Amino acid sequence: MGEKIKAAIIGPGNIGIDLMYKIMESRFLELDAVVGIVPESEGLKLARQNGIKASHEGIRSIIGNKEIKIVFDATGAKPHLTHAPLLKEDGKIVIDLTPAAIGSYVVPSVNMEEHLNELNINMITCGGQATIPIVAAINKAAGVKYAEIVATISSKSAGVGTRQNIDEFTQTTARGLEIIGGAERGKAIIILNPAEPPIIMRDTVYTRVENPDSEKITDAVLEMTKKIQSYVPGYRIKVPPVIDGDKVTVLLEVEGAGHYLPKYSGNLDIMTAAAMAVGDRLAEKLLAKANRELS
Amino acid sequence: MNKQIRIVDTTLRDGMHAASHQFSPDDMAEIAKNLDQAGIDTIEIGHGDGLGGSSFQYGFSSYSDEDYLKAVSSVLKNAKLGVLLLPGIGTMKDLELSACYGAKVARIATHITEADVGEQHIKLAKALGMEAVGFLMMSHMAPLEKLVEQAKLFESYGADVVYVTDSAGAMVPEEVLNAVKNVREAVSIKIGHHAHNNLSLALANSLVAIEAGAELVDGSCKGMGAGAGNTQTEVLAVVLAKLGYKTNVDLYRIMDVADDIVSPKMARSQVIDKNSLTIGYAGVYGSFLLHALRAAEKYGLDARDILVELGKRKTVGGQEDMIVDVAYELRQSQKVNLPADNN
Repeated sequence: MGEKIKAAIIGPGNIGIDLMYKIMESRFLELDAVVGIVPESEGLKLARQNGIKASHEGIRSIIGNKEIKIVFDATGAKPHLTHAPLLKEDGKIVIDLTPAAIGSYVVPSVNMEEHLNELNINMITCGGQATIPIVAAINKAAGVKYAEIVATISSKSAGVGTRQNIDEFTQTTARGLEIIGGAERGKAIIILNPAEPPIIMRDTVYTRVENPDSEKITDAVLEMTKKIQSYVPGYRIKVPPVIDGDKVTVLLEVEGAGHYLPKYSGNLDIMTAAAMAVGDRLAEKLLAKANRELS
Repeated sequence: MNKQIRIVDTTLRDGMHAASHQFSPDDMAEIAKNLDQAGIDTIEIGHGDGLGGSSFQYGFSSYSDEDYLKAVSSVLKNAKLGVLLLPGIGTMKDLELSACYGAKVARIATHITEADVGEQHIKLAKALGMEAVGFLMMSHMAPLEKLVEQAKLFESYGADVVYVTDSAGAMVPEEVLNAVKNVREAVSIKIGHHAHNNLSLALANSLVAIEAGAELVDGSCKGMGAGAGNTQTEVLAVVLAKLGYKTNVDLYRIMDVADDIVSPKMARSQVIDKNSLTIGYAGVYGSFLLHALRAAEKYGLDARDILVELGKRKTVGGQEDMIVDVAYELRQSQKVNLPADNN
C-alpha cells in the first residue's frame, strides 16, 4: 500500500512539537504541515528542520487544502473554539488536545472505536488519559460508585495554559471519570510539585466499588495497563491495587517517551501519545476505506 | 505601642485536621458563635484542606462545605467568615458558593513556588467583594528571593494580604523574621503569618512575624490543627495584650471558648509528640500526620521513617497519596528485616 493520510498540527508549542516527532514515526499518518501564528517560533523552525512545511499564518494556511484529512489542535481552549467550525466546514477531522471539549471525550484504550465517525474528538486532560481507563476497568469488574484521582506533575511540565485554567483540569477530568470511566460521581485533584530534579508524573486512583472482588479488580487493572502501554510505553502501575473494604487504590506513574519533551513530563507525553493513537486509528480506517473504494 | 493585630482563628479549618474533618455543623456554629462573641476578627471554617477538600485523599467529612457555611454564617454577628481554597482541589464554583453564604475572606493557598495557579481565584474573590489573601504554603521550602517573587505575584493579581505560611511547622524564628521582613520590603499589601507548633515555636514565630511587620496572625483554640497544631489563639491573645498590641479579643472569653467549648470536642489532645516533632524536623506538610500513622500501622513501619523519607522527596502540601507510596516502598526494601517475613 505505502499510502498515508495527510495530517497537520496547529500550535507549534511543546505539545505540538512532541506530537510532530510522534507523527513522523507513524505508519498511517504523514505530517504535511505544522502551523502557528508567531513567525519566529522555535517549533516552526524545528518543523522546517525536519522537512515539514511550516507556516506562521495559522489555520488559514491549511483551510482549503483538501489533502489534509486530519488536524491536531494543540493551541488552547479559546483558539479551538474559533478553529472548530472552520475545520468542520472544510471537512477535516480534528483531534482536539485543548480543554475546549467541543467533541466527544475519547480515551484510546476505552472508547475510541465508538467515536471514529465523528469530526471532532476531544482528548480530555493528561490526568484523565492516565486515570480514566483504570476507573473504566475497575467499573467493569466491580462497579464504581465514586472515583477520585490525584494527578501530581512537576511544576516544570505545567504550562501557562494549565496554570491559568486549573479549574478546567479538575472539572473536565471529573466529568471524564463519570462519562467514560463509568463512575456515578467523579472528583479530580491536581498538584504541582517543584522538586528538582523534576518528578515523573504520578497519579493515584481511588474508587469506591460495589463488588470488591480483589482478583477480578487486579486482573482488570493489569489488563488495562497493558492496553495503555501499547501507546504509552512509560505507563506503569507503581503499587498493585490495594483493596480496603470497598475502597480500591491504584498508584501509577507515567514516564514520557522523551521524543521532544523531557521524560519527567509524562503528563504531556500521555496526551500526545493518546492523540497520536486516535489519529493513527482514524488514518488506518480512512486508508482501508480508500482501498475498498479502489478495488 | 498600640498597633492593631488581626487574629484569624482557624480552629474550624486547620483544627479539622486534628478532628479528622468530623466537626458537625452544630459544633462549628457553637464554636464560631463563641469566637465571635470573644471578639475574634476572622473565623475560618471548612474542611482542613479547604473548600472541596472532602475526599479519599484527605479524608471525608460527614458534611458538605455548604452545610458548614450555612450553619456558621447564620450565627456570626461581627466576625468575618473566612474560607480557604487550594487551587487544584477546590474551584471557583466553591468560592462563589461561599460568597453566597456571606464569606468575606478568601484565602487562596498555593505551594510557595506556584502562586500563579491562584490568579483566577484571587481575581474572582475580589470580583465577589471578598478580601483576597494569597497564602504561600510551605514557605520554608524556597529561598527568600522566591518567596518575595511569589508574594509580588499575589499582589499583582489584586490580593489584599499575602501570607508567609509555615505549613510544616519547620521554620525557626530567624527564618520567619527574614521571610516577613523581605516580603514587607517588597510589597505594599498587608502581611500575615500562619504558624505550626511542631518545633514548639508557633507562638515565638507569630511574635517575630509581628515584629517584622505582619498585621495578621493565625491561631486556633487549644492549638487545634494539623501536626502539633497552630499558635494557640487564647495564648496569643493574652501575650499580645501583655505586649501592648490591640486585638479586640476579650481575654477571659477566649480562654473560656478554648477550655469550655472547644476542648470537650477534641478527639485527641494537641501535643508535640515524636511524630509531629518529626514533621517539623523533616519539613513535611502538617496534615500528613494522621495519614502517616495509619500507613505506619498498615505496613508495620515507624511513622517517623515515612515522614523523613517524604521530606527527602520534597513532597508538597496535598500529596497525601505519597504516604502510601513511600510506606509501600519502605516496606519492600525492609522486607528481609521484618520477623513476619522470615517464616
